[in-house]
Amino acid sequence: MSASAGHGASVRIEACGKTFAEGTRALEPATLDIARGETLVLLGPSGCGKTTMLRIIAGLELPDAGGKVLFDGKDMTSVPIERRNVGMVFQSYALFPNMSVSANIGYGLKIRGVPDKERAARVAELVALTNISGLENRRIDQLSGGQRQRVALARAVAIRPGILLLDEPLTALDAALRDRLRGELNRLLRALGITTIYVTHDQAEAMELGDRVVVMEKGKIAQIGSPREIYFTPQSRFVAEFIGAANIIEAPIENGHLVLPGGRQAIGGEANIPAAVAMIRPETIRVVETGSAPLSGMVDSVSFIGDRQRLVVSGASSKLITVDAPNTVQARAGERVGLLISPDAVRLLPQ
Amino acid sequence: MSHKSFVWLCLLPLVVVTAAFFLVPMARLVVTGAEGPQGITGYLAILTEPRYRATLINTVVLAAATTIVTLIVATIAGMFLQRHRFPGRAVLIAMLTFPLAFPGVVIGFLIILLAGRQGLIGDLTNRVFGEKLVFAYSIYGLFLGYLYFSIPRVILTIMAAVQKLDVGLEEAARSLGAGPWAVQRDVVLPALGPAFVASGAIAFATAMGAFGTAFTLATNIDVLPMLIYTEFTLAANFSISAALSVGLGVITWFILALARSFSGSAVAAAG
Ligand SMILES: Nc1ncnc2c1ncn2[C@@H]1O[C@H](COP(=O)(O)OP(=O)(O)O)[C@@H](O)[C@H]1O
Ligand SMILES: [Mg+2]
Repeated sequence: MSASAGHGASVRIEACGKTFAEGTRALEPATLDIARGETLVLLGPSGCGKTTMLRIIAGLELPDAGGKVLFDGKDMTSVPIERRNVGMVFQSYALFPNMSVSANIGYGLKIRGVPDKERAARVAELVALTNISGLENRRIDQLSGGQRQRVALARAVAIRPGILLLDEPLTALDAALRDRLRGELNRLLRALGITTIYVTHDQAEAMELGDRVVVMEKGKIAQIGSPREIYFTPQSRFVAEFIGAANIIEAPIENGHLVLPGGRQAIGGEANIPAAVAMIRPETIRVVETGSAPLSGMVDSVSFIGDRQRLVVSGASSKLITVDAPNTVQARAGERVGLLISPDAVRLLPQ
Repeated sequence: MSHKSFVWLCLLPLVVVTAAFFLVPMARLVVTGAEGPQGITGYLAILTEPRYRATLINTVVLAAATTIVTLIVATIAGMFLQRHRFPGRAVLIAMLTFPLAFPGVVIGFLIILLAGRQGLIGDLTNRVFGEKLVFAYSIYGLFLGYLYFSIPRVILTIMAAVQKLDVGLEEAARSLGAGPWAVQRDVVLPALGPAFVASGAIAFATAMGAFGTAFTLATNIDVLPMLIYTEFTLAANFSISAALSVGLGVITWFILALARSFSGSAVAAAG
């Protein structure tokens, strides 16, 4: 999605760090630009500071001295959340238990003094958009988890916010529902085209929803890039291991080859270093006859998953190598196989 | 011995105590109330006899005013105390809840020290305006005493309820544009509703029936417990004082039930 086509505000955070009163350093000073209409995902393990960054953008936390939050170039750092015009979906949804579904959705409009008729029309529009018709008069405690998630989203979007902020909106749901709602949420966010910042610890969510993904580690930004960039060209071992499955191989290098127990593996580009940490994605490895590949090993186990099968191969590298092979490949535990890996698929990571 | 009869045996002391100290005297009270010259219509005297009715209204107004003012003061104080940390907070809470340990007589005594003939307030007004302000021996003194008495209980209940509030709800309301007042009105106060009803009911019932403070202040304050006392000891009018006692209980119970069902339906209507 191009930046000019989007709605809402652009966001810039400048040197925003956060140290809590009792000394916890939740966020190292970070600078980040989010284009108008872009969906940016903050991804990282629990406790890495995602929520803290989101709350600074929302205006629920003040950054440490020196930090700045700008919307459309305007300094918002000291503007309280109620005047930032942000729509927020909380991890616990935080729906008002003393109000019906439609009163929840219409609350922001009511606060803004939108006349009853116009408000009802907007609420109806969002009820349709989020697929919750028939629930308008329910109490919140009469809703399922998935329904609550939709109401929370409808409520946040109803006010036509400049920025939509979502903190792990699917984490509270069970796995099957989460997968379904992820697709639904993706379509909805694309349809709205509004600047969105989405926090999650689930890399599948980050991949599907993000125009760009910010991977965070212990309060620091580890890498920013498109889902493809962070998947194929991780800049650190942490990112490589956190995003998807990865074989991490430490080996000496000779003449542009990794020297491994099971053979030699060519690497792309130039590498004038004596040793490296390399990452190889399991699905980039082809299982072939021994002899037709420079690298070989023994199949330890085969797990048939349906659409593909996962092989664990020993002896090729100093550690076990995981291979995702098509479900048509015939391989049995105990067999020797060749492993064919394109030099481009070998990514050297900084030590 | 079967399990069931064992349970019944364990319950026996409760049954005996309930019968001896609750059911039997209550029954006796109800019977006595109907034994006066007017018979069973003696019960209506609390409503039909102008002096009794005036006292009843007085008492209900006093109790209602006590409840409302207590709730307002205690809610603001309780919310502040629960949400802020400052040096001396623990001492302040201990001081505020100290009156819990006092019987009504001591509270009455404190009110006299404050607003009586030799009281602090009288002293002060005498110096400033040349006139002594004395209100300890009236229903205003009683009102002050009941406030003193009720606020600590309500503060503790409200503090516990505030602690359980979901801060996320307030943040959600703010994100939707609600300022501090709107957040209180739409999120905080509705969530505290059950705590208001529970602690307000105790404040109301106490103010309806407390006797010690009133008795310490003056014997001619126009409230029901004093009326029962004077009818009983001074006029030896057993049946009327019994009828008034039952009436006091029934009316208090009725108003509390009304408040409870009203707040219950208010929550349902809002939901
Ligand atoms: N209000 C707070 N007071 C003190 N420490 C906090 C507070 N909020 C978060 N933290 C700490 O800051 C770190 C980052 O938290 P958070 O941003 O919530 O992580 P994430 O959302 O990525 O799981 C954690 O170590 C957490 O314990
Ligand atoms: Mg979080």
